[in-house]
Amino acid sequence: MSDFDFLKGSVSRQIDFDKFDTRLLKSVLMHEPSFLTCMSCGGCTATCSAGNLTDFNVRKIGLMLRQGDLSKLSTEIDKCMFCGKCTLVCPRDINIRNVVLLIKKGISQLNTEKAGV
Amino acid sequence: MNEKLIIFPFLAGMIYLFSILLLRGFKWINRLSKIDKLRLFQSIRTRRTFKSLWEAFREGLIHRNIYRKHPLLGYMHMSLAFGWFLLILFGHFEAQIATKSFTVPLYLPVFFRYFESGGEFLFSRTFAFLMDLFLLLVLSGVALAMLKRLQRKFFGMKRTTRLRPGDQIALTSLWLIFPLRLFAESISAYLHHNGHFLTNSLGQLLGRFENIGAMHTPAYIAYSLTLGFFFVALPNSRYMHIPTEILLIFLRNAGIKLKKQNNGYTQVQVYSCSRCGICLDNCQLNTAGIRDTQSVYILKNIRNKNLDDETLFNCLLCGKCQNDCPVRIDTIDLRITQRIESTLQYNSSYEYLQDYSAQKSDVVYFAGCMTHLTPGIISAMEKIFALAGENYWFLDKEKAPCCGRPLMLAGQYDAASELIENNRRKILDSGAKTLVVSCPICYKVFMEDYDLPDIRVLFHVEYMLELVASKKLSIGQIPQRMVYHDPCELGRGSGMYEEPRQLLKMSGELIPIKNEKEKAFCCGGSLGNLKIKQAERNLIRQQAVADYQSYEPDLLVTACPMCKKTFGRDKQLQVMDISEVIVQSLTFSHVSEESKSEFKTEMLPEEIEL
Repeated sequence: MSDFDFLKGSVSRQIDFDKFDTRLLKSVLMHEPSFLTCMSCGGCTATCSAGNLTDFNVRKIGLMLRQGDLSKLSTEIDKCMFCGKCTLVCPRDINIRNVVLLIKKGISQLNTEKAGV
Repeated sequence: MNEKLIIFPFLAGMIYLFSILLLRGFKWINRLSKIDKLRLFQSIRTRRTFKSLWEAFREGLIHRNIYRKHPLLGYMHMSLAFGWFLLILFGHFEAQIATKSFTVPLYLPVFFRYFESGGEFLFSRTFAFLMDLFLLLVLSGVALAMLKRLQRKFFGMKRTTRLRPGDQIALTSLWLIFPLRLFAESISAYLHHNGHFLTNSLGQLLGRFENIGAMHTPAYIAYSLTLGFFFVALPNSRYMHIPTEILLIFLRNAGIKLKKQNNGYTQVQVYSCSRCGICLDNCQLNTAGIRDTQSVYILKNIRNKNLDDETLFNCLLCGKCQNDCPVRIDTIDLRITQRIESTLQYNSSYEYLQDYSAQKSDVVYFAGCMTHLTPGIISAMEKIFALAGENYWFLDKEKAPCCGRPLMLAGQYDAASELIENNRRKILDSGAKTLVVSCPICYKVFMEDYDLPDIRVLFHVEYMLELVASKKLSIGQIPQRMVYHDPCELGRGSGMYEEPRQLLKMSGELIPIKNEKEKAFCCGGSLGNLKIKQAERNLIRQQAVADYQSYEPDLLVTACPMCKKTFGRDKQLQVMDISEVIVQSLTFSHVSEESKSEFKTEMLPEEIEL
């Protein structure tokens, strides 16, 4: 029931948009502006080859990217097999494969920055 | 003193050039892996050396591959390279005979007319004639090269690269060398009568000027200076390809390849690029308005170490440039290797891959991700397997990882290896002796990167041809005109051109088209390009569709689910995979009773009666 964990305890459920880490989102949008047009229809998730084998979820990847949840994102994105089906089925013609590549690049860059500090 | 002034610039340039070449050549070979070094030294002792020498002569001097592109362009390169080579070669013979000694100083053949003042020796007139003829040959090339800068369309080129300052310096000195040589030798011919038809007549003309004799030495000094200048400029210009290409030919014929990482061979290939720009014209990215990511630019970026992701990943990897390259640089391999190096830091983890129990069978069928998006191909394949009465296992019917090729194209070699290992184990466990794939993208990775001993990897076209040969399938003609689209990964990628045509000719009329086989278009859907926008892909697709439509076919046939899916966006043409065409044209007269009983009638197309 991990999806309903938010009901337990008295942690605040307020979403503070100002606290989102937008570094990765900005760099993705800079190179792949088509991501802005995503309407979260979930077509990508339905066709996903990796999603067929595990709980990998492309739509959630988009959500994590927008919320700047980098730690979750970096473990989730590792599961992608790059087959490109998501890009082919996207009704908004978003180059999702490039979005995934940019996320991977961004994460490895942020990691090296962290290691440098 | 005068003589020293003539000799010095030439010799200084020559010594500088040779030390740089030796240094670089040593560095590049040193950076090869131990096995590659061994390969090179082994191959030098075999007959392959002659093959390499012949290829160096054919490509480095005659430029046969450029002749194929355009005869005038070929002639221009041949006259410069081969003409100059003949000048050097026969110049040496001439000097050797004149001095009656086997060893002559390096400069003597170059300034022979200056030092040799009219003495007769064996064949001296013949040599004078030959040297004039070769000089004329080179000069015609220089004239054409100048014309090409003004009107490149005469030479069959729509686009070319812009010259960098280093290239401009080298080019100017190269253009000046031969007119100056003509000028200097004409004065010699006037003074010493040691010329022939060309230099003598020009000498006579120059003789009308007073004091032309005083110009004799300065003309030779100018000639020597331009030579020296060219030699010094060469290592930092595009003309570095001249010496590097010879090394490249030897390395390639020794069987050296990039093995997923850069080494000295990368550098040799990069420096072998003459930036001629022949790769630009046929690149379909031009259609989409992308003009800065083509192979010639990538090679330049690797050389200057300023390659960025947006350029590196913006390529369809269709292989047209590799096909067009007169130096035969492996542009696809180079680019993928760069992608591998640029993504080394990326993580991936496929711990979720499980070992599903393999099903014992004779044949394994792997449809691949793209085929799953075109269910028509899957049902066609299922029908064919059922008709053949094959004991087959549909490996990725429900759950299976991708074949690994898309990851390879994206440069993530280690990640791809994980998927490959998982699939490989399953295929081996099934005990099958044949693997059938219906997607050329999968086919390429199964052929190249899977270690499947004793298992035949067959593309569905090959498999169907075998079934026809063993009379398990019988195909009848349907009156329809078909155009066949060569998928990049199957045609240029795997070299399979004839098999699909052979199969299609059994089922209908196949129209031969201009842009086919090596020249075939890319559909624009390529998984190799991670940066291209959908709108740009559409432009590339429309270019191909417009060309195919001009033949007015009833049907566009392809052998790749990706191409089918891409062309499917266009509503003007009916697109089918080759397996669907074959299922459509099956006749059932030869089907054995045994397989008929196993065969479910509802799987058949409606119009065919059993």
